[in-house]
Amino acid sequence: MEQSKRQGAPAGDRLYKFFIYLVLILLAVTIIVPVAWVFMASIKQNSEFYGNPWALPLGVYWQNFVDAWNGAKMGEYMLNSVFVTALALALLLVIALPAAYCLSRMEFKGRKILNVAFMAGLFINVNYIVVPIFLMLRDGDAWLKNMFGGGFLLNNMVVLAVVYASTALPFTVYLLSGYFATLAHDYEEAAYIDGAGYGTTMVKIIFPMAKPSIITIILFNFLSFWNEYIISMTLMSSATGSRTLPVGLLNLMQAQQSAAQYGTMYAGLVLVMLPTLILYICVQRQLTQGMTVGGLKG
Amino acid sequence: MRKNRGRSLFLLLCVGPAAILFFIFMILPTLNVFRMSLFQRGAYSPTETFVGLQNFRQLFADANFIRSMQNMILLVVIVTIFTFGFALIFAAILTREKIKGQNFFRVVFYIPNILSVVVIAGIFSAIYKPENGMLNSIIGLFRDMTNPILWKGESLVMVSLIMAMIWQAVGYYMVMYMASMSSVPQSLYESAGLDGAGRLTQFFQITIPLIWTNIRTTLTFFIISTINMAFLFVKAMTSGGPNGASEVALSYMYGQKDAGLYGYSMAIGVVIFLFSFALSALVNRATEREPLEF
Repeated sequence: MEQSKRQGAPAGDRLYKFFIYLVLILLAVTIIVPVAWVFMASIKQNSEFYGNPWALPLGVYWQNFVDAWNGAKMGEYMLNSVFVTALALALLLVIALPAAYCLSRMEFKGRKILNVAFMAGLFINVNYIVVPIFLMLRDGDAWLKNMFGGGFLLNNMVVLAVVYASTALPFTVYLLSGYFATLAHDYEEAAYIDGAGYGTTMVKIIFPMAKPSIITIILFNFLSFWNEYIISMTLMSSATGSRTLPVGLLNLMQAQQSAAQYGTMYAGLVLVMLPTLILYICVQRQLTQGMTVGGLKG
Repeated sequence: MRKNRGRSLFLLLCVGPAAILFFIFMILPTLNVFRMSLFQRGAYSPTETFVGLQNFRQLFADANFIRSMQNMILLVVIVTIFTFGFALIFAAILTREKIKGQNFFRVVFYIPNILSVVVIAGIFSAIYKPENGMLNSIIGLFRDMTNPILWKGESLVMVSLIMAMIWQAVGYYMVMYMASMSSVPQSLYESAGLDGAGRLTQFFQITIPLIWTNIRTTLTFFIISTINMAFLFVKAMTSGGPNGASEVALSYMYGQKDAGLYGYSMAIGVVIFLFSFALSALVNRATEREPLEF
C-alpha cells in the first residue's frame, strides 16, 4: 500500500507534466502557425491559393511584395507611418517629460487639479471621442476656408501626429510621474546649490535617471501609434489623400475580397507586422518586464 | 522676486503645452460628446438645433442599437471570463512549475499583443476562410466538408470574434500575472505542500487570494478596454456584418457618424460611456475583498 503510493506519485506527476507541456505547446502552435502561415502565403503565387492551404510555396514569388509596395502604394503608406509615428513620439516626449516632471516634483497652484485631470484622462478612450475630434477639425477647416481660402486640419499627417501625442498624454504622464515621484529630492537641492537652473537640473540630472521608464513609454507608444487605425481612418478620410499603413492594409484587404489578389494582401500584412516583430525580438525582455509598470494600459 | 518669476515661467513652459493639448484633444471632445447628444446637427453644416433627450428616446426604440448593446455585453462577459481564466492558469503553471523553455513560451504568448488589430483581422480571415481556410481544412480531416462551415456567417460570427479576441488578449495578461505571481514567496507553497495541499488547492487558496488586488485592478481596466477592442475587431474583421449580426455599440456609433447623424451617434457614445463606468464600478464593488499581505 505504502509502496504503491510512493511509486504512484511520480507517475502521476509525470502525466501531469506531460499534460502541461501538451497544452502549452498547443497554445504556442495556435500563435506561431497562423503568423508563420501569413509569411509563407506572402511568397505564394495567386494560383496556389486555390489548393491545399498547408502546401508549401512552390517558389519564392517576390512579385507580391513589388505589387504591394508599388501597386497598392504600401511603400508610400509605410513612409507615412514612419513619419507620423516618429513625429508623434518626438512630440510626446518633448511635451510629456517636462510636464510629468513638474507635476510630480514641484509645488505650484493648480498642480492637484491637473494631476486629477490627467488621471481621469486614463479612462477616456480615444474611440469615444474620435467623432468630436473629427467634427472639431472639420469645423476648423471650414472656418479657415472662409477666412483664408483653404483648410489644412483634416488629411494632414502633422495634425494626426499631434492628436496621437495628445491622446497618449495621460498614460505617459501617469507612468513617468510615478517614476519621478520615487526619486529623492536631494538631487535637485544639490543641483540648485551648485548653481544649476530649473531647466538644466531637469534635463541633465533627472531625465537621464528616468531612462528605463522613457524606453518603456517609447516602446508602448511606438506600438500603439504604428498599429492605430481608427483615428487615422477618420482624420485622413479623403479618397485621394495620404494614408497610414494599417488603413492602407485595411483597404487592401477589402479590395482583395472582390479582386482576389491574395498574394499581394499577405505581402501587405507582412509589411505591416514585420517592423513590430523585429522590434519585439530585439526588446522583448524590456517589453514584457516594462509591463509591471505599464500594467494599466487599456 | 526674479527667481520667482523664473520659476513661474519654467512651470508654464513645462506644463502649459501638455495641459493645452490635453484640454483641446481630450477634455473638450469628451464634453462635446455629452453636449452634442442633446443636439441635432446637419450632416454638412455646423448648425445645431437643441432637441433635448429626443436622441435618447429614439435610441431606446432602435432595435439595431439594442442588438449592438447585447452583442457588446456578450463579448465583454465571455472574453473576460475566458481570458482571465486562461491567463491565470497559464501564469500559475509557468511560474510554479519548472518548465523547460519557459522564456520561449512567454515570448511567444505575448506576440499577438504587438500586432495591429488590422493584421490580426487579416490573419483570422485566412483562418476562417470557408474554402481552403486553415480551420476548415483541419476540421475537414474529421468530417465531410461539402458544406463548409461559414465562420463569418450570421450564426457563428460572434463565436469567431470571441476566439480572435481571446487569442489576442491572453498573452498580455498572462505575462502580467506572471510578474505578480513570482512575488509570492515560495515558502508559502512549501509549507502548504507539507500540509498536504495539492496544486489546485494551492492555486485557489494561496495564489489567487494573494494577487487579488492585482486581479481586481486589471479586471476593471480589461472590461473598459474590451469594449474598445470589440470595436476595433468588428471594424476590421466584419464591419458589423453580415446583416448587423456582429455590430457592437461603438461600431454602431461610428456607423451613425458615417451616415451624418452626429447627434444620434453621440447619444450612443454617452450611453456606452455611462454603461462602461457603471459596469466597472459594479465589478469593483463585487470583487472587493480584505487585502491580504505576505
